[in-house]
Amino acid sequence: MAKSKVVSPSEAAKLLRDGMTVMMGGFTNVGSANKFVLEMVKSGLKDITLISNDAGNDKFDGIGTLICQKRVKKLIASHAGLNPQVAVQMNAGELEVELVPQGTLAERIRCGGTGLGGVLTPTGIGTVVAEGKQIINVNGKDYLLETPLRADVAVIKAWKADEFGNLVYRRAARNFNPMMAMAADIVIAEVEEVVPVGEIDPDMVMTPGVCVDYVVKM
Amino acid sequence: MELKGRDLIAYRAARFLKDGDMVNLGIGMPTKVADFLPEGVEIFLQSENGFIGIGPTPSPEEWDKDVVNAGGQPSSILPGGACFDSCMSFGLIRGGHVDATILGALEVDQEGNLANWIIPGKMVPGMGGGMDLVAGANTVIVMTDHCTKKGEPKILKKCTLPLTAAHEVDYIVTELCVLHYNGEGLVLTELAPGVTVDEVIARTEAKLIIPETIGCMI
Repeated sequence: MAKSKVVSPSEAAKLLRDGMTVMMGGFTNVGSANKFVLEMVKSGLKDITLISNDAGNDKFDGIGTLICQKRVKKLIASHAGLNPQVAVQMNAGELEVELVPQGTLAERIRCGGTGLGGVLTPTGIGTVVAEGKQIINVNGKDYLLETPLRADVAVIKAWKADEFGNLVYRRAARNFNPMMAMAADIVIAEVEEVVPVGEIDPDMVMTPGVCVDYVVKM
Repeated sequence: MELKGRDLIAYRAARFLKDGDMVNLGIGMPTKVADFLPEGVEIFLQSENGFIGIGPTPSPEEWDKDVVNAGGQPSSILPGGACFDSCMSFGLIRGGHVDATILGALEVDQEGNLANWIIPGKMVPGMGGGMDLVAGANTVIVMTDHCTKKGEPKILKKCTLPLTAAHEVDYIVTELCVLHYNGEGLVLTELAPGVTVDEVIARTEAKLIIPETIGCMI
C-alpha cells in the first residue's frame, strides 16, 4: 500500500520558500486553500509570484491575505477588483500585476502541466492582451499564441482526498485546481476530509493522486 | 405594464434568446434578463466559474459555501445542472457552445468593438472572463444605457478605452433602440415606443445606418 501523503499544515508550509512562484486555485475564495494560506503567512513567506484567478479580498479570510500582508511581488490573475489592496500596491510600485483573460489563464496552466508548448486562442485579438504576442493564422482565422505557465508549488483545495491524494472537488470549487495540480513541481492539497485508500470510487476521482505530493486536512 | 428604461432593455434583450439556449449573463444589469424571458423559453445559464444551471439566490441558511456565481455572490444550482473546471468552462465559451452572452458596456463603437473592463488610472479590476466571452460566444448582445449619467454618448465612432474584443458585438440594446452590427456598421433596427430616428441620431456619436423600415422594441 502506498505511503500516506497526509502531513501537518506546518510541515507543508516549510516546503514554500521566499521568491517562489506559487499557484493557488479558487475563484473569489471558493476553491481556495483559505486555511492553509494562513500557515503560509505565519511562516513568514515573502516575495512570491502568485498565479491565481483573482486576488481574493481584503477581509483577511482567504488568499487575499497574502496581498494584504505584502508577501506578493508579482500577481498573475484575471481579475483583482475585489481586493482594493492590489490597486493600492500596484500604484505604489510595490506589486507587479499581469492580467490574463480567465480562459487563457486556465489554458496556459493546462499547457504547463500537460507538456504543451502553448495554446492558440482567439481571446484577446485586437486588444492590449495581444501586444508583443505572436499571431498565428490557422485556416483563415487569427489566434494568439499563449505560452505555458508553471510554478514551484501549487497550493490547491479539494473537498475530499484519500491518503494517496486522489481528489474530489465540489460544485464551483473545482475551477483552476485540477489544472494547477499538474503544473507545479510540488503540489499541496488542502482538503476537508481524508478517507482511506480505496474509499473513493476510481470513476469519481477528479485529480489522480499521482499528481498530489502532500495532503493537509484543515 | 409600461416598459421603460432598464426594464425595457432587459425585456428586449431577452427576446433574442431561444428555447434551449445556453446563455452567459454578465454581472449587474444583464442579470435582469432572466426576469423577462418570454413564455415557453427555457434557457440554461452558465456561470463561467464552473457550472451550468444557475438557480435562484439562496437564503443565508440555504447557501452552499461552494456555490457562487461569476460575481462571487451566493448562488444555487438547478436540478439537471453540471459542474466543471475552468478549462471546460471556457472551452464551452470559446467552442461555440454558448449561444449568447449578454453584457454591459463602458463604450461600444460602430466597428462592433466593445470596451468594458478597464478605465486606466481609475479602475483596474481585470477582464476576468469577459474577453473570452465576447470573443467566443455565438451571439454577443450588449445592453447599456444609451448615454452616460452625464448625458455623454456611449455608442461611439471609435472606443477610447482599451477594448474587451474587436468587431465581436452583434447587437446593442438601449432604452432608445436596438442596433445591429452587420460587419460594416451599426444598423438601427428597432426603436422604443415614442422615440424618433432623429432623437437616436442626436444622442449617438456613431454613424448609424438607417434602413427603410424600422421595427418597434415591444
